[in-house]
Amino acid sequence: MATKIAPLARKSLQTEARVIDSEPYYESGGNEIALFEAAYASQLPVLLKGPTGCGKTRFIEHMAWKLKRPLVTVSCHDDLTAADLVGRYLITGNETVWVDGPLAHAVRAGAICYLDEVVEARRDTTVVIHPLADDRRILPMEKHGELLQAPPEFLLVMSYNPGYQSVLKELKPSTRQRFVAIDFRYPGAGLEEKIIRTESGADSSTAAALVRLAHMTRNLKDNGLDEGASTRLLVHAAKLIVRGVPSHNACHSAIAEALSDDPEMLHAIDEFVSSVF
Amino acid sequence: MAASALSMATLVGRLDYLLNPVLSTRRSAGPLARQLASLPRAQQDFVLQWTEVITRTNYELAYQFAASASAAFEKMDMQAMEAWIIAALDTYDREGLHSGSEIFRQVDAWTQATVGNQVVSLERNMNILGLFACGLSGRKLSLDTAAEPWTDTETLYLPAHISALPTRAENFNIYKILIALLWAQGRYGSFQADLAAACAGYPDPVRAGALLSHIENLRLEACIARVLPGIARDMAKLHVPAFEECRSNLSKAATTVNHSLQWLQRLYGIMDAPRLPHRTALRTETLVVREARIKREQGELAQALAELAHEYKTEADNADGNPDRFRIEVAKNAEGDATFELKLEQTPVPPPEHVSRLIDSILQDLGEIPEDYLQSATDSGRYDSSAVDENAPGNPRDETESETGTYLYNEWDCKRRNYRKNWCTLRESDVQPADNDFVASTLAAYRPQIIRFRRIFEMLRGEDRMLKRQAIGDEIDFDALVSGHIDLKSGLELPDRLLMRRHKTERDLAVLLMIDMSGSTKGWINDAEREALIMLCEALEALGDRYAIYGFSGVTRKRCEIYRIKRFDEPYDDTVRCRIAGIEPQDYTRMGAAIRHLTRLLDGVDARTKLLITLSDGKPDDYSDHYRGEYGIEDTRQALIEAQRTGIKPFCITIDHEARDYLPHLYGPVNWTLVDDVRKLPVQVADIYRRLTA
Repeated sequence: MATKIAPLARKSLQTEARVIDSEPYYESGGNEIALFEAAYASQLPVLLKGPTGCGKTRFIEHMAWKLKRPLVTVSCHDDLTAADLVGRYLITGNETVWVDGPLAHAVRAGAICYLDEVVEARRDTTVVIHPLADDRRILPMEKHGELLQAPPEFLLVMSYNPGYQSVLKELKPSTRQRFVAIDFRYPGAGLEEKIIRTESGADSSTAAALVRLAHMTRNLKDNGLDEGASTRLLVHAAKLIVRGVPSHNACHSAIAEALSDDPEMLHAIDEFVSSVF
Repeated sequence: MAASALSMATLVGRLDYLLNPVLSTRRSAGPLARQLASLPRAQQDFVLQWTEVITRTNYELAYQFAASASAAFEKMDMQAMEAWIIAALDTYDREGLHSGSEIFRQVDAWTQATVGNQVVSLERNMNILGLFACGLSGRKLSLDTAAEPWTDTETLYLPAHISALPTRAENFNIYKILIALLWAQGRYGSFQADLAAACAGYPDPVRAGALLSHIENLRLEACIARVLPGIARDMAKLHVPAFEECRSNLSKAATTVNHSLQWLQRLYGIMDAPRLPHRTALRTETLVVREARIKREQGELAQALAELAHEYKTEADNADGNPDRFRIEVAKNAEGDATFELKLEQTPVPPPEHVSRLIDSILQDLGEIPEDYLQSATDSGRYDSSAVDENAPGNPRDETESETGTYLYNEWDCKRRNYRKNWCTLRESDVQPADNDFVASTLAAYRPQIIRFRRIFEMLRGEDRMLKRQAIGDEIDFDALVSGHIDLKSGLELPDRLLMRRHKTERDLAVLLMIDMSGSTKGWINDAEREALIMLCEALEALGDRYAIYGFSGVTRKRCEIYRIKRFDEPYDDTVRCRIAGIEPQDYTRMGAAIRHLTRLLDGVDARTKLLITLSDGKPDDYSDHYRGEYGIEDTRQALIEAQRTGIKPFCITIDHEARDYLPHLYGPVNWTLVDDVRKLPVQVADIYRRLTA
């Protein structure tokens, strides 16, 4: 083999802060941009609340672009530990090398660190989040024996979906009370149509029909569906339609099958599709 | 070998015995027996057995059945016969003896309507059509059967079978069209004019009513075409040419029900309503339901806005939350749908979901938000607090908890803003086990669902998880090895915990189910509660979570009762099953004391997550003991806050449609859920539990 395996230290963990050069498309549905800017200027961490696919991640990308800060995104999962965020020692050659985790990296770079779906992470992550999220703004790196002081440009942002009713996945009050919370909902009908058109290039009648379809599925929340169709799913369906997939096929694959496995529910959603198109 | 057919004499004897109350000298069992004598034994038994069943409902109906049975066997098999019998019994329950008997007498009409490849029945498609109706924007609609389709704006009444068109798909579409039309009647303001009064002015009000329904449907079809073009395409296939001028005129965007009334005036006497497969009726009963809702929602909106105003109370503004400051701006969009914006002074406010649903519902009824809806509603809080007279005789209590199984609990008095010490006496006792076949029949009826839940719950049972830094294990833990290596380098000893091991995670969870045994659960609700418990227990056994079940009820503060159904340390065995079967409705719902007692029990269990799930059918309530209303709500809320302080998570599953008014206040915005159909409770409770603890 000609190519040697890159040194471990370069390959793993070193999450590059992403600098966003071109403006990510985002439509404001209220005063969230002003709120976020004010929170950023005041060095207050931000909690984004809202259902899946309503634009939380896009919003944070847009804000990172607007504030000209690099963005470090961490998708949290149930095995994510504090060490995964802060960093750990690795061995290269015959030496041990400290490698920053994404959170430490973001603090050093003065980036925006976005912890997506933070309730999924292990509970011990709060140990590193708490001192960083209050007025101390420090990141204790116990193993490395370092106490990182966050620069004024650094911002911690978390997202959280309060719609999941699981008692095992709740944000503790001591955590959530450190954050400025911004509530996200699905955009209003007109705005959602505009988003679909811009994202997919679909015509306005297709976009309007998709929004109506979405509203019908959202009416079924807690009547068999855990969540209605998100804006993201609508964009997916619209993209398929623009590519020439017949609308009922596109909606069945991109929306109905994404929402449920129950045959009766799928049938009902297909009936919605045949009604709105 | 098949048993030989019953003889004429035996049949006469059996029929005489079964139908005795409706037989006379002029109407004897003889002719019935003669018809049945020619049938094979299996069919004879079928007829006799069902005749006996129907006599328990009505003797005359049973007679009609026996008289038509042999003719029916020529056209139907036993399965179809059963559907026929059930339909007749349902019709009897709903519309009385005449209509019920009619189904038995008109065998041909029934078989034509239901036996064939093109027939679509509402019952079979109830779930899909129910979801379809639910998805149409607007208020929640339920489905029921009626001979003629109509709606009271909350329930859509649809025919039990549709077979008017040659294929199943087309007939299914008729159901969709009917649902869309009936939904549109509410959505696009058909009831904003007094239709009954308008028709009463014509020589033949029935004829006028039918014609008006048709004309109004033409207008609604245009509305539907704007939002549901797929359905409008199906409707277009059923057009009759005679009404074209009327149709095109009513298709304009801004037409209202008043335009339909003008067309009625023009066309009455000239044309009659065509007999279309999707014709609907307009009924006067609708007005009653509508009036009641309008009144209810005015109160609800005032309450909701008062709460919202309180929430948005700014510091500069010391006045209590005053809904006067709200404005609702209504605009119509291109589709004719009303949209609105809620404004507090000049700033737009995002309305919470229940508020926007409420405003939307009012807009559907009235087309606007009347001025007086937004004025001086601060005092119209719906909780009646006037009845609280807290100096009722008999306090303070001097009894102690010495009596075995008796406990004393404090109660929160919201007026005093303090506890009443040892105010409630609570007794704990076992539910009397019932030795009947309830458990067996539930297990049989829900077998597929139970198997499914067991499988789902087994999967929840804690996935494999890698335990790191183990002394014994089957894989190397590289993280441990690396840090061990570092230790070694810096002169320390290499640790011995360098391996990883797969391990099933323990779900360290204890659940206490608190079952409403108040008198209001009598009948259906009690059955559904018991079935739900059986289902949940079966599923929980697969999951292995620790759980206990207690019922609660009582009369006055001196007799709060807690009924043991299953303790935490009891296995789910026959005794527990019989206790579940033995759950019977008792008295009232004094919830505070019950929650405090069960909190105490749950607090004694060692678990990381403790859940208190309440299964309820309504607000806290008690017998003439000023517990009703604000006092009971606030005491319950306080008891729940106490529970949360000890680390218990309360959750409530309710079937009360008004739950939205008080449960968020008690349990918080997400820690409760509404099961809107009692029949769905057994399946939903297990499902809710799964979601809650996944």
